[in-house]
Amino acid sequence: MLRIAGLDLVWPDGRKALDGVDLTVGAGEFLSIVGPSGCGKSTLLRIVAGLIPPSAGGLDWSDAPTSGGIGFVFQEPTLMPWAKVLDNVRLPLDLARVPRKEGGVRAMQQLERVGLADFSAAYPRELSGGMRMRVALARALVTRPRLLLLDEPFAALDEITRFKLNDDILALWREAGVTALFVTHSVFEAVYLSTRVAVMSARPGRIVADIAIDLQHHRQQSMRTEPAFGALCRRVSDARSAGMAGGMAGGEVAA
Amino acid sequence: MTGAGIWRWLAPLLLGVLVLALWEWAVRALDVPVFVLPAPSAVARALVADYPLLLGSLWLTLKITLQAFVLALITGVGLAVLFAQSRTLSAALYPYAVILQVTPVVAIAPLVIIWVGYERVDLALLILAWIVAFFPILSNATLGLTAVDPNLRDLFRLNGAGRWQTLWRLQMPSALPYILAGAKVSGGLALIGAVVAEFVAGSGTASGLAWRIVESGNRLNIPRLFAALLLLSLLGILIFAALSWLQRRLLARWHESEIGRGA
Repeated sequence: MLRIAGLDLVWPDGRKALDGVDLTVGAGEFLSIVGPSGCGKSTLLRIVAGLIPPSAGGLDWSDAPTSGGIGFVFQEPTLMPWAKVLDNVRLPLDLARVPRKEGGVRAMQQLERVGLADFSAAYPRELSGGMRMRVALARALVTRPRLLLLDEPFAALDEITRFKLNDDILALWREAGVTALFVTHSVFEAVYLSTRVAVMSARPGRIVADIAIDLQHHRQQSMRTEPAFGALCRRVSDARSAGMAGGMAGGEVAA
Repeated sequence: MTGAGIWRWLAPLLLGVLVLALWEWAVRALDVPVFVLPAPSAVARALVADYPLLLGSLWLTLKITLQAFVLALITGVGLAVLFAQSRTLSAALYPYAVILQVTPVVAIAPLVIIWVGYERVDLALLILAWIVAFFPILSNATLGLTAVDPNLRDLFRLNGAGRWQTLWRLQMPSALPYILAGAKVSGGLALIGAVVAEFVAGSGTASGLAWRIVESGNRLNIPRLFAALLLLSLLGILIFAALSWLQRRLLARWHESEIGRGA
């Protein structure tokens, strides 16, 4: 679906954020990008979204997500506090000038999918953090995007809510048949969710490992304690540590 | 809540009654001449006796204040929207808006009157009150329109939002709390502006409350002066209360400033 090739990003002040990032995203994948904070993984996501132009290299879309565009979920729920939940979910459709009535129906369906149909008339501040994040997910999926970008969406949530949302996002991903690009600093979360995990080095960010997660397709919380899960976490974790040390000159951790 | 709530109303009320009683007693006991300090009862009598005259003046002052306020709201927000669209325009115009603000209105009043003509004093009053009321709305609206959650701005960009969509769906609602806070200040200033303008430019043809105060002072009709003053205060309180109510009404369900006030 997308080939990222030799992508560099240099900030105006001369700091180099990304250094020759190569990454292929296949259609239907759930690809996580793991890396230490400040490694530029969120920046990479913003470049893919078209919010920041890269300094060099580029994005090669074999299958550009034009129709539904790109869904983006931020670190914060990023809801409009003055608008009701339903209006927040409908926003991307409103901006695309989808007729109001049709937009309302589609937004409501998406709210049902995240289990918040009863809260359509509530304001964001009346919801819990986890519920707000689910509204943000509904909003990102309401346009039926081909590509869903998630920028550490669960980082600010407590662990129980986080586990619950992990299962929710997997269900939504399967149901919507969407390609997901997920940025996180949590190794466990990445392994639990993904079909593939790419590991980034400390700044300037490069991809230092690309690990296929060959666990069974249907993930369950009980898998978190299984040996295979632990082994994969270990591999991702080792690659991350190596990347943080920065001594990876040319070396690739084999997938 | 109930005990403390009632007390919050009762305490200032009791204090007011006490002060009025003390005032009345002091004026009578010390035999203060009425042209120095009239007793509250004398002010009340003047209020009743001069009722038609004062009401006419009240209406004129209210009219100019409201017109100036609405004009300030429209021009302030309008200019802020222009500023938010273009940094260059904002940089070029903002200093002049500040100059307009810091120049004492009394100093430009004679000029404004000459320009609009003595036969249209009402218009002169309106312009002067507008100059005073306009700036808080402009500066608050400008701040509010630019203080938008950067992630929400990105979300709008990502979904291909146009300039107008971003303005109406994102910047305006974000700016609303700021604009309302500015309006609250500006409402009071519009009244002050109208009063100051009347002091300088009022005449027999435009006799608002401030003009009545000047006139009553010249004629040593001090009870009437106090009555006009009382009406001015009430007008100010009314404007403040109305704008506070509007602020609560519009922001109650979503903005932090109004949450937990039980409106």
